[in-house]
Amino acid sequence: MKVLILGSGALKIGEAGEFDYSGSQAIKAFKEEGVTTVLVNPNIATIQTSEALADQIYFLPVTPEFVAKVIERERPDAIALGFGGQTALNCGLQLDRDGTLAKYNVKVLGTPIATIEATEDRKIFCDKLAEIGVDFPRSGAAHTLDEAIELGRKIGYPVMARVAYALGGLGSGLCADEAQLRQRVVKGLAHSPQVLIEEYLVGWKELEYEVVRDRFDNCIVVCNMENLDPMGIHTGESIVVAPSQTLTNREYHLLREIAIRTVRHLGVVGECNIQYALDPKSGAYRVIEVNARLSRSSALASKATGYPLAFVAAKLGLGHALTELPNAITGATKACFEPALDYVVVKAPRWDLQKFRGALPGIGSSMKSVGEVMAIGRSFEEALQKALRMLGTTAPAFGDIESALREPTPERIHGVLEALRRGLSVDQIHALSHIDRWFLQRLARIVSIERTLDLGEAKRAGFSDAQIAKLRGTTPEQVRAEREAAGIVPCVKQIDTLAGEYPAQTNYLYLTYNGTEDDVEAGSLENAVLVLGSGAYRIGSSVEFDWCAVNTVQSLRRMGYRTIMLNHNPETVSTDYNECDRLYFDEISLETVLDLCRRERPLGVVVSVGGQLPNNLALELAAAGVTLLGTPAASIDAAEDRHKFSQLLDRLGIAQPAWKELRSTEDSLSFAKSVGYPVLVRPSYVLSGAAMGVASNDAELVRFLNKATILSPRHPVVISKFLENARELEMDAVARDGVLVASAVSEHVENAGVHSGDATLVLPPQRTYLETVRRIRRISARIAAALRINGPFNIQFLAKNNEVSVIECNLRASRSFPFVSKVLRTNFIDIAAGVMMGRPVPVQNGSATDLDYVGVKAPQFSFTRLEGADPVLGVEMASTGEVGCLGDDFEEAFLKALLSVGFRLPVRNVLLSTGPIEGKAAFLESARALREMGVGLYATHGTAAFLKANGIESQELYWPNEPQAPNTLEILGSRGVDLVINIPKSSGEEELENDYRIRRKAADLGIPLITNIQLAQRLVEALSKKGLAELQIKSWHEYAASPGIVPSDPRLSTAPRTTRAKVA
Amino acid sequence: MKAQLVLEDGTAIAGQLHGAPVSVAGEVVFNTGMVGYTESLTDPSYRGQILVLTYPLVGNYGVPRAFESPRIQASALVVSELALEYSHASAEKSLPQWLAEEGIPCLSGVDTRALTKRLRSRGSMLGKVVAGNADIAFLDPNQFNLVQQVSSGGREVYPGTGSTVVVVDCGAKGSIIDELRARDLTVIRVPWDYDFLAEEFDAVMVTNGPGDPTACGATISNLRKALQLEKPVMGICLGHQLLALAAGASTYKLKFGHRGHNQPCIEKDSGRCFITSQNHGYAVDERTLPAGWEAWFTNANDGSNEGLRHRSGRFLSVQFHPEAAPGPLDCGYLFDRFADMIP
Repeated sequence: MKVLILGSGALKIGEAGEFDYSGSQAIKAFKEEGVTTVLVNPNIATIQTSEALADQIYFLPVTPEFVAKVIERERPDAIALGFGGQTALNCGLQLDRDGTLAKYNVKVLGTPIATIEATEDRKIFCDKLAEIGVDFPRSGAAHTLDEAIELGRKIGYPVMARVAYALGGLGSGLCADEAQLRQRVVKGLAHSPQVLIEEYLVGWKELEYEVVRDRFDNCIVVCNMENLDPMGIHTGESIVVAPSQTLTNREYHLLREIAIRTVRHLGVVGECNIQYALDPKSGAYRVIEVNARLSRSSALASKATGYPLAFVAAKLGLGHALTELPNAITGATKACFEPALDYVVVKAPRWDLQKFRGALPGIGSSMKSVGEVMAIGRSFEEALQKALRMLGTTAPAFGDIESALREPTPERIHGVLEALRRGLSVDQIHALSHIDRWFLQRLARIVSIERTLDLGEAKRAGFSDAQIAKLRGTTPEQVRAEREAAGIVPCVKQIDTLAGEYPAQTNYLYLTYNGTEDDVEAGSLENAVLVLGSGAYRIGSSVEFDWCAVNTVQSLRRMGYRTIMLNHNPETVSTDYNECDRLYFDEISLETVLDLCRRERPLGVVVSVGGQLPNNLALELAAAGVTLLGTPAASIDAAEDRHKFSQLLDRLGIAQPAWKELRSTEDSLSFAKSVGYPVLVRPSYVLSGAAMGVASNDAELVRFLNKATILSPRHPVVISKFLENARELEMDAVARDGVLVASAVSEHVENAGVHSGDATLVLPPQRTYLETVRRIRRISARIAAALRINGPFNIQFLAKNNEVSVIECNLRASRSFPFVSKVLRTNFIDIAAGVMMGRPVPVQNGSATDLDYVGVKAPQFSFTRLEGADPVLGVEMASTGEVGCLGDDFEEAFLKALLSVGFRLPVRNVLLSTGPIEGKAAFLESARALREMGVGLYATHGTAAFLKANGIESQELYWPNEPQAPNTLEILGSRGVDLVINIPKSSGEEELENDYRIRRKAADLGIPLITNIQLAQRLVEALSKKGLAELQIKSWHEYAASPGIVPSDPRLSTAPRTTRAKVA
Repeated sequence: MKAQLVLEDGTAIAGQLHGAPVSVAGEVVFNTGMVGYTESLTDPSYRGQILVLTYPLVGNYGVPRAFESPRIQASALVVSELALEYSHASAEKSLPQWLAEEGIPCLSGVDTRALTKRLRSRGSMLGKVVAGNADIAFLDPNQFNLVQQVSSGGREVYPGTGSTVVVVDCGAKGSIIDELRARDLTVIRVPWDYDFLAEEFDAVMVTNGPGDPTACGATISNLRKALQLEKPVMGICLGHQLLALAAGASTYKLKFGHRGHNQPCIEKDSGRCFITSQNHGYAVDERTLPAGWEAWFTNANDGSNEGLRHRSGRFLSVQFHPEAAPGPLDCGYLFDRFADMIP
């Protein structure tokens, strides 16, 4: 049997790492059954697209056109649609509708298409619920604006508008009156044929139940969860608690019974999630929605309970009964049961709204968060405080506290604590926020402990040593010494799904101060390595580091080491308890890592594979006597510390852009003058908005400094020369004792000035001089030697006319490690793991330039979801995910990558606004090529005039602020163009309102947008060379027929590291 | 107030005392349900037992009027954290306040997971909550006739429009009576040892109750006679065990019992799995079933017997609680089936 699995593509807001987890589990489940698996997923940074999981992997867009071609080629017997989020589900529905599935006789595994449609189409859904007497919000579906307004009148304001077939509640929101409804509906209908108008349930509790059903009608509820933030805030934006905390037995089981009744009636086979609103006063309920697929919530429920929902759902999809499947955690009991928790789980979302210029600060019924954390404790206070620290964000200073409670923002939870500190009562806060009093009572207890600070009580309520130290005016070390002397240490508890009722061999663990006995013996794991994961996904740190962490653990296990994983991100594969020997689902902090090292006494700790979060702990861990595996802490410091690294480069005679740390505006201006504009400005203290900026003149520099920071001796700013028209390249490498053993140089499509995380990467480089690449290698080798690098690292380079300078060096695995590893089919992490453990590793032979195919990594933006944010590329990273595609040449890989992140072909009409004169000139030939391809051109005044002067016809449009037609906004609104190329006027200045409005409109309407001239040029070139039909359907292993380097073989091992770390 | 839980194996666990400041002794058992503490505490089957809840936060929603009997039946409550404050529209008071009013001590601040593991590995043990220094002796509640203590004092009739069911009250949960009445049945509730055979009735329900079923000789002998009649008989929990004993099978004590809301039970014919609410320390030994009887439900975790039925189709019984309260409502249909059996 052969099964095709659809992934969810790039990580985006509303569809993130949870689908790597569910897809990976599904593949494991299918393989266990001897099923051949074919995966379509362009997300090259995922674990599911790794060796040894799916049999065939296609790095192709998850769109009906591409998937149909894969089906034609692979002829699978069945397709699994439930593991790749809304993307996979929508794609599957289309393949069913257009007859592809029937044509190739492909069976849909698990939940049937008719059921999926019943859950996606509101009308069918409500009819189904009515058939079984289940309540749902009064609502109606509108296909036109008039219908929507009629519904609004019938239901009565306020109403909720929801966009059908959308991920994560995109475009949904509260409408207080008809004017607001009009606005939402117009936007919504631009994306979807249907907008739903619903009764508004403000202040009702919001709950979710995760339901599993097999084809024999066995049906169980694996987990229920309660949102701390009541109705009105998307569950992805809410702090969520599992199990529910404020429901009585009657309510809990009333909703459970309805969940089972509903799921049976709908006919779900596998896993689904049902969301409720519950009136805290009357106990009335409404079913909000059913997601007939694995979801963010189901990933959370899996981690919260230890019940492998995706794995079980995959097995049920193949036709198994729940009663046949074992409970993987106990081994002794069955999967047909409902986990009993003896702990509390708190999930908290992580936002990065401040990274987006112009983004509105509020949160509500559509998703804006980019990641989440999950904390486990045996008291709510303990779990919540852990979660808030895991987010890595700090409480802001609050002005008017009442509005902070009334109008939800990412900081509201801190606002509640602050309100309690200021003396507001639980009832007052409840009235403003609708948060249930029980949660507020617990938060009030935290605030009261802040005052009394009894050490034992504070630790049981989840205070960290550092928090206590700050409140007491002492140091975390002193707090630790005091509590350890008093015997106050955390104990280790297992997550066993059965609340201790049966013995379980589970390795899924957490730390708590609410206990007196350990479930596992301290230090009982011999020959173990502790690997630190990446924590919450956020802009700049995402699934790529989970790939690195999981691969590290897998390599270590292959080498014969026992592995301990520490991570707290429920969207990850690294927190799958069967990936390692011990999983600690807990904080990645100095305090916790030291506690773990004292308990487990590992051989050492790996800090270099989880991104910047663990990397930041390197110095303190080393200072505390913990053995770091890989590059020594002093070297990490020498690379991280700007001054030390700069001195090193000077000593080695390696060029770097001129820079200086400055403490006053006058000094800043004079430095800028000395190096010449433009300059890149990086404040160490950020007031609001983006942390970095580019200034082109004195006025811009002063404006930026005034707006972004308060310059002071304590908060300096770093200003560096900004090189224009320079190429940017990345070196991803592994060194062993200072000698390169594996390396890959990728070039950016965009010129320097676009954050490397937002850049389009090409491997091997296509437009870079060979000499430049050679110089990059030589410089990398010298830096590796100088820093005695012993593990993974990444260096970013600028190149102009073969002049190479170094921008940055990170002595850890980088964002692009999975990309280069998969394109070269050489697992850099596997090599790095061998190096870190002192094993012999093969040295990479040959050069990437020998490849006869090309890999392109492209960023995925989520601007559509970030109301107000300016969708423009800049020095601050803004992308939420990425894809990587392969092709016989650059154009093929590039087009596949762009199609994977939302670009659409064919391009018939383009709106051009090519910015400054350099941009206009640079794009001239591209514009001509577009015309020659028969593409219709629309252009704003200046661009149109420039094109005309050069003999290219275009339809001139008025700017958004001009009341005349034909107007840019009107053309966009009527979808008269399928691509917008809008090049900003200046890299630093506040963007002109008109340009912003064009870009924003494109984002709001989901029209592909390019704001970088090089990207625009390459796209036009690619379009002129290739059509959709010429993009080949070839699997990863067809491009990369044999592995570049065989993974480190345990037989090659010499003396492994066996000494246990000494901890002070 | 400081207090401790002392187990018969010598283990002493310190905690804070809430509710009534008194020392009590009994059998220590644990329940893994995450909600339903008012229902559990008032369930007569917990008579004589010190109830340990594995879910760490207890009392969050206060005390709504969700009682299975008019008073708290458990001897004491042991939790990790007792909510001194609560939040729920239906709550009338806080859990500690109610415990104090009912004279029941509650020990909090206990590592209930560690305690549960101990009970799991050594089996249910005798124990005592010792308030301050007021030590008392261990007490085995099973040496008393617990059913006698919790059964109703006399015959009581709940009129309905339908057929008449005799409910043999061995410590009945109110929800069993409610389920029967919800199906319009007339209920005659009689004490455990009441000779109900003289009553005019159409069917018999034998209820749950505390302790060792073999202590209920009178009920067993009445049931033996009832089984000779052409009338439907249903047993729940202790009632299930009593029906088995009346039929000639035997029962045994489980190591630590089943107490929770997540016990999977497989129905024989359909192979379907039901999630059930349970609270029992004894079980029916399936191997001793006489001819004509067969196992109907089986526990998917440990294979123990969860239900019986007779070839005639007239007698059935389940070890779990189809009336739930607390717990899942999956098996409420069994009351429909019972009602349908009644002419």
